[in-house]
Amino acid sequence: MAQIGQFALALAFVVTVYSIAASLIGIRVKHDKLIASGRNAAVGTFVCLTTAFLCLVYLFVVSDFSINYVAGHSNRDLPLYFKISAIWGGQEGSLLLWGWFLTGYAALVMIQNWRKHTAMMPYVTAVLMGSSLFFTSMHLFIANPFNQVVSIAPGGARVPFVPADGQGLNPLLQYILNAIHPPVMYLGLVGFAVPFAFAMAAMLSRQLGDTWIRTTRRWTMVAWFFLGTAILLGGKWAYVELGWGGFWGWDPVENASLMPWLIGTAFLHSVMVQEKKGMLKVWNMVLIILAYTMCLFGTFLTRSGVVSSVHAFAQSSIGGYFAAFIVISLSGALYLLLDRLPLLKSENQMESIVSRESSFMFNNLILLASCFAVFWGVMFPVFSEWIKGVKITVGPPFFNRVNVPIAIFLMFLTGVGPLLAWRKASTNSLKRNFLWPAAFALASGIVLFVRGIGRPILKAPEELGQALFQKLLGYSFTSSFYALLAIMMSTFVAVTIVREFYKGARARSHGTGENFIEAVANLTLQNTRRYGGYIVHFGFVLLFIGWAGQAFTTDVSTEAGIGDRISIRQYTLRVDKLGVEDTPNYQSMKATVSLFEDGVKVATMGPERRRYKAGEQQTTTEVSIWSTLKEDVYVVFSGATADGKRANIQVYYNPLVMWVWLGGIVLGLGTLIALLPNKKSGPRKRPQAADRTEEQKDVAEKVS
Amino acid sequence: MKRKQLKFVVGSSVIILTLAFLAFSGYQESKAYYLTVPELHAMKGASAEKQLKVAGDVVPGSIDRTESKVIKFVISQADEKTHKVETLHVKYVGNDAPPDTFIDRAQAVVTGKLGDDGVFVAHEMTAKCASKYEKEAAAGVKRPTE
Repeated sequence: MAQIGQFALALAFVVTVYSIAASLIGIRVKHDKLIASGRNAAVGTFVCLTTAFLCLVYLFVVSDFSINYVAGHSNRDLPLYFKISAIWGGQEGSLLLWGWFLTGYAALVMIQNWRKHTAMMPYVTAVLMGSSLFFTSMHLFIANPFNQVVSIAPGGARVPFVPADGQGLNPLLQYILNAIHPPVMYLGLVGFAVPFAFAMAAMLSRQLGDTWIRTTRRWTMVAWFFLGTAILLGGKWAYVELGWGGFWGWDPVENASLMPWLIGTAFLHSVMVQEKKGMLKVWNMVLIILAYTMCLFGTFLTRSGVVSSVHAFAQSSIGGYFAAFIVISLSGALYLLLDRLPLLKSENQMESIVSRESSFMFNNLILLASCFAVFWGVMFPVFSEWIKGVKITVGPPFFNRVNVPIAIFLMFLTGVGPLLAWRKASTNSLKRNFLWPAAFALASGIVLFVRGIGRPILKAPEELGQALFQKLLGYSFTSSFYALLAIMMSTFVAVTIVREFYKGARARSHGTGENFIEAVANLTLQNTRRYGGYIVHFGFVLLFIGWAGQAFTTDVSTEAGIGDRISIRQYTLRVDKLGVEDTPNYQSMKATVSLFEDGVKVATMGPERRRYKAGEQQTTTEVSIWSTLKEDVYVVFSGATADGKRANIQVYYNPLVMWVWLGGIVLGLGTLIALLPNKKSGPRKRPQAADRTEEQKDVAEKVS
Repeated sequence: MKRKQLKFVVGSSVIILTLAFLAFSGYQESKAYYLTVPELHAMKGASAEKQLKVAGDVVPGSIDRTESKVIKFVISQADEKTHKVETLHVKYVGNDAPPDTFIDRAQAVVTGKLGDDGVFVAHEMTAKCASKYEKEAAAGVKRPTE
């Protein structure tokens, strides 16, 4: 099997080189058959890498420990599904997955556009295969997953050697969410290669209309969808597995996935301006180049160990190759952009600061600013070492300071942007669209403020003497104040979205005689892009509310024996039992805890501490979470005392966390709806334009 | 046309300057010097007031959990040039439980300040397992004796 895999990798390498050469030479000599052959070869690389990947799957399933990579990341007693997920538990397999997905996407693009865009496609093939060449050469020469275990005999000769058992999979990865998280992440990161390739092809072939954007709109959304899902899965994994009570810690690895997502989000929005108004052409090129660069950079960060991170699993020599690849792709793309600059002239200009295009512009500006801040924060230790010779790191306060206000402003734009007219919004339409949402937002703010949210925390007397300006500054930095703003903004956006659906559906049911529910469904299905977008935005509202809840987390940490009680807010926990469990894979110490809410028992919880038997006998904390719409009670058993009679227990009270996951689900659904083709509208009675009410006109204007 | 564009320029500048100010204040609040144990000893005295992150390997057997809510341990690292192993006594007083990866020989990074008595008081800590076998696996070589 390993030989077949090796051979498939070698073949993939050769075919990739051929595909690039055939495409480029084919364009040069205008030889259609050669171009077609290059395209077929691109599909062929997918077949090769699929074969290689399946070989690796087989080797893992049968636990062939003569293969170094298998021996290093699996063991006999590992359950089958973790044996398979162990494939991407390390460097070589992760890269193979990346490369495999890339060729998979390339093959899909080839099939989808088999006879379309004849001028552009050969370049698309060449660019995609160019990226693929990097990965296939990595598989073959640098991080080959099929290498054998060898031992060094006296005298230095290398002798094949089969260990009795494997080293095992890192226990932190033995969790179902984290088993699927990497493939989803790669599907997202790799996905941006497709719009990137089309953008490059558009410039190379000088076909700079919006063909490349229209062709790749869905691809971008798919990539964006996977990337966002992966980020949330990662957050969920961190929350339930790492045991520190939170789901986002601004760790370099998290940031590595956030950066391409931020740029991708900016790109998704700004392409609309190009489609509708023929503006921002250069900008969109810059964004897609940056997005793809960030995808590569993210992979580089997680795989190279440049910056230290709690979950940087790999530390290896591939960093240099990756850096070189990034520099080459980025400089090539930027050179091309500079060269084609005269062809990318804007057809229109910004007319008013209160307009759809201007809201998109500000959306782009702050998303980019956010990405820049994150990038700066991640790379600060590296830069400061270059410049000053000392490593200076920045922590979560840095990231939060910048990104929390950005997120709130972004939420504001989410509510305002879609309802503003192109070119210039009239004062009248502003009043019509935003009076009620603003009123609701204000009302929610007042209610929360009265209930004590967003109030300044009374400081020590000596601090009260500060200048008013400083006091205000200190006040506005409190997380409670930000949470208040965040919830007000969320209310604002939620009301605008609900109203859009309501007005649209009402106008529709007047025109067609459908009932309200039907009208909502058909409205959505006939304008998937717009209403899917609203649903995505609504998902963000939910996520945002959950995130605002993080301002009010509290925790207690204590040593408790059997029968002891721990109180947190309206909850009380009682330790009932401390016991030991044994499975083939791990041994676990478990605390059984009863949870009471206002004196009534609501749940029995069982936080554990496991010691895995394979490899280095790592221990993991298995938290136990009681989750409701209002809050989570999150219990960590961090070990027993030396005599085994008392347990160290931490309890976190985390408000609104479930909203984050709910928001994620809504977000995903919205994206899927936006991906659907518009349903054709059947024959129906349309009201004459003159008869339309103000509201119907409003809807028609926005949908067009 | 000119005046309209001015509005965009002013609007964008206000946003960017605000963010820059926030970034700077966040940087001031959270910056920490990242040092290895020998580097910390080399800059003696000057470091007492600064927030520091110090990296080193947990000395086997040094983890002492006898006091409740405090963990005492020793981290060590060899100097890159002289190869002399330097050690640092650490008192961890953070709220969160130490990570699962915090065991003998783990690579720990502690955040806090150096006390006058030479004991480092940490309120935050991360730890990674000694990645001994990862490195060898990368080289494709493993010795059967291990």
